[in-house]
This record gives sequence, structure tokens and C-alpha cells, in this order.
Amino acid sequence: MDVNKVRQSFPILHQEVNGHPLVYLDSAATSQKSQQVIDSIDQYYKEYNSNVHRGVHTLGTKATDGYEGARDKVRRFINAKSTQEIIFTRGTTTSINTVAYSYGRTNLQEGDEIVITPMEHHSNIIPWQQTAKATGATLKYIPLQEDGTISLEDVKDTITDNTKIVAMMHVSNVLGTINPIKEVTDIAHEHGAVMLVDGAQSAPHMRVDVQDLDCDFFAFSGHKMGGPTGIGVLYGKKHILEKMEPVEFGGEMIDFVNWYDSTWKELPWKFEGGTPIIAGAIGLGAAIDFLEEVGLDDIEAHERDLAQYAMDRLKSIEGVTIYGPQERAGLITFNLDDVHPHDVATVLDAEGIAVRAGHHCAQPLMKWLNVSATARASFYMYNTKEDVDAFVDGLQKTKEFFGDVF
Amino acid sequence: MSFNNLDQLYRQVIMDHYKNPRNKGSLEGEHLAVDMNNPTCGDRIQLQLKVQDGIVEDAKFDGEGCSISLSSASMMTQAIKGKKVEDAVEMSKVFSDIMQGKEIDKDMDELGDIQALQGVAKFPARIKCATLPWKAMEQGVEEKE
Repeated sequence: MDVNKVRQSFPILHQEVNGHPLVYLDSAATSQKSQQVIDSIDQYYKEYNSNVHRGVHTLGTKATDGYEGARDKVRRFINAKSTQEIIFTRGTTTSINTVAYSYGRTNLQEGDEIVITPMEHHSNIIPWQQTAKATGATLKYIPLQEDGTISLEDVKDTITDNTKIVAMMHVSNVLGTINPIKEVTDIAHEHGAVMLVDGAQSAPHMRVDVQDLDCDFFAFSGHKMGGPTGIGVLYGKKHILEKMEPVEFGGEMIDFVNWYDSTWKELPWKFEGGTPIIAGAIGLGAAIDFLEEVGLDDIEAHERDLAQYAMDRLKSIEGVTIYGPQERAGLITFNLDDVHPHDVATVLDAEGIAVRAGHHCAQPLMKWLNVSATARASFYMYNTKEDVDAFVDGLQKTKEFFGDVF
Repeated sequence: MSFNNLDQLYRQVIMDHYKNPRNKGSLEGEHLAVDMNNPTCGDRIQLQLKVQDGIVEDAKFDGEGCSISLSSASMMTQAIKGKKVEDAVEMSKVFSDIMQGKEIDKDMDELGDIQALQGVAKFPARIKCATLPWKAMEQGVEEKE
């Protein structure tokens, strides 16, 4: 993989921020977009913007082909059996909420359990809290090991025959932990529970095969994988989706509408009420093409290398605490003694280095870590060792700067 | 932007309030209490005010946050103690104007240490840190009324 060639496709990276070359280390929040993705959206609006699935005119057909073509790219990307299992949503949050609302509220009752982990993003906690409140089900947490991983023993101890839903992130956006989804799915299935995977931090960075994982639902966002904001995916096994009711009703999703009753289109369209996110889906399709061209295995290896390199270099700075396991995805969450993460991020920003500071939408995990906030550097295919060097040097300067003012 | 701007942001006086916060802790006896957090970053301020006959008799705060939010809280409690409630609220408006980079017709000297926070206006992402304790104060006295 030629990082410099990859970088050439991302116009945003070639600029100065605060007088320094931009070092973008916040891809776990949102990734940058390649010229190819930007062009695909531009081309759609300039050449064939039209509504899908209805017009008989030529542009309408082109738009429908573009939109449905993107669905097939997604299907291939995660190796789903059929495009009927690929629902376009607004993002991971909407995908999880759709399952919590449609599947959760119909299939759960008092005495049932929903099992999640303390490392989840808010978008994989709150929908389940709300579902538990609405149905009388109980929300349970698989405890974390000291290094921020989960043990299969604990998984086995937490999931019972009363468990109906297990929801877990594939890769932690804070700890970088890669969860053993396949094994957890097996345990969930042994107890008759369905398995939902939050793939927001995995799908952009590693090869995902939903048939191999055998999970029942898999949710991810376009904007974290080089695609535009406002588009995401909910994968669900066909036989489960077929039994689920739509969450949004209106145009596009109907079969027949009578005065007092209506019927729904077949999958996946019954879950896509209203004019869909056509440009977003086309942009996501282009992002998938880009990822496949670069190669997901190479991307994953490259990011892990960067993370390990950064971990090694950070050891040279006294007072840096790194959270999460040694074996991790391409991100590093840390704190610098005596300097609040917001202050760290502000000083790094003055050096043109973009990192995230805050609770990363994981307040329960912050509580578990016993911190109010942390800073995070996250890597993608377009980051380089020089980026890591700039980051570590910036952190050293931060330490000196605050050492001086104190 | 350079370290020069950063120096303005993190002036000595701000760091002094951060490292040695004034009025940190909690009040005894009857008082108003306001908890306010910045949900985007997790900063949290617990502000306690003793208001009698329209005067802020005492003020204390506790909480977690960055150097800007905590030093701002420290400076604010110092500034509003002994002030009429309406003057404290007026001061909050002036502070908000300064943060938004607006021209103000007040004599800056009246603001005391608070004027050290002027540099924050150049860092839009940090303005909410500085205004958090002031918003808490405004909410507290509003509830009282």
C-alpha cells in the first residue's frame, strides 16, 4: 500500500492549519473524503439527479441504478447473501434504533434481558435503555477486564436463556479493543438470543464478513469509511427482517394504501420510508470502491502499525497514560498528567494536529476508566509515520508548555 | 496560530486560578445549588450561591473540567461575591460579549482577573468552557426568582 498515493486522493489533507501542515488524527469521529467520492456525488447532482423507484424517465432510471447499485456494493463489501438484507439508514445510530424499536419493542417483555458491555458508544446503550424501560426487560452488562477487553467466561456468565438481545461493538472507539464477535454470537445463539454488532469502527478499517460472523444485525456509518455524512447501513438476516415492522411510514415503503389500512413493500424497501438518501448512497458506493482498491487488509495492517509505532513513541513521554489493550485497532486514547484533554487538544491544534478530546460518546466507559475525559488520536489509511511523529512531538511541546506556565 | 496565541489563552493568571482555585468546595447552610455540564465534552460544574436581600453573599464551586472552565469558575465566584444579583447577571452578559469578540463599553479594569480570559475569544471551540460557570450562575439566580 502506497500511503503517499492514497493521500493524493484526499484534497483536504493538503492544507495548512494554524500555519502548520494539517495532521488529521480524528478519523474515528469522521473520516476524510477522497476526490473520487466527492466526484461521484457531484456527478449525481450535475448529471442524473432524480427520484428513485418511480419515474419512468431516463434520469429516474439512472438514479435508481446508482442507488441500487450502491446497495449491491454494500452487500458485497460485508458479504451479505442478498441486497434484501441491506437497508440504507442515516447512520449507525439510526440503524441500531431501528432494531431496538422494531425488533426490541415487539419481542421483549418483562423478565427478558438485553446484554451489552460498558465500552459501548451511547448509540448502542441508550436505545437499549429505552427499550428496557418500554418493555420491562432488564439491561445487563458484561464486565470489562482490567485491560479493557471482555472475557468469554464473563460473556457465558452474563448471557442466559432469558437473554433475547446481545448488542456489542466490534471495535471500541475509545479503547481500540477488538471484540470476539464470532464467539459471542455463538454464545448468544446457544441461548436463543439475537446478536447485533455495532460496526461503526470496524467496517471502515477491516474486512467484515457478516455470514462468517453469523451476527443477526450489523450496523455501520458511511462517513467513517470515506463516504458522506447522512448515510449508513443496517444489515439484518432476511428471515428476521421479514418479521419486523417498519419504523417509518410514508412514501416509497408501501405496497398498497387503502383508506384504513396499508401493506408494505418487500425488503429492503419497507424500511426506507420517504425519498431515500440517494446521493449519500452513491457516495458510499464510491467510498467502498476506493477501500477495495486500496485493500482492506493493507489498510488494517497499516493502521495497526501506526498505532503500535505511536504507543512505542509515547512511552518516551513521562506522564502519558494510554487506555485499552496492547493488541488494538488503529487508535490511541490517552491522558497527559496534570493537563486536561481539552487543553491538550487546543495546544495540538495550534500545531495543526487534530485530535479528539472529551468523553467520546462513552460516558459509562469514562466512569469505568475513572476519568471525566480523555484525548484520542485515531488513524486511517492516509496517515503516515510523520503524522505520528508530529503528534508525539506536539505532545512533548504541550507538556513543556504547561510545565512552563504552571 | 502560534504559541504566542496560546500564551494569550493560557495566561499566568488563568493557570494560577486553575492550580489554586478560589472558592472551591461547598457552602454550609441554606443556599442555591446548580449543576451544569457541557454535554459535548463532559465538563461539569456544581455552583453554590448564598443570596440574601438581592446580594450574592457567598459563592463556591466544585467540578471537573479543563483549565479554562475551572479557572473561569474560580474567577467568577471571586467577582460576583458581594455583588447585587442584577450586577452579577449584567457582568455575565458583558463576559459573554467579550467571549463573542464584541466591543464592550465597560471599563475592563472593573472585571479584574476575568479580563485574562479575553484570549479565549480567539478559540471558538473553547468559548463554551469559559461561559459554563456563568451560565450556571444565571440559571441559579433565575430559579431563585
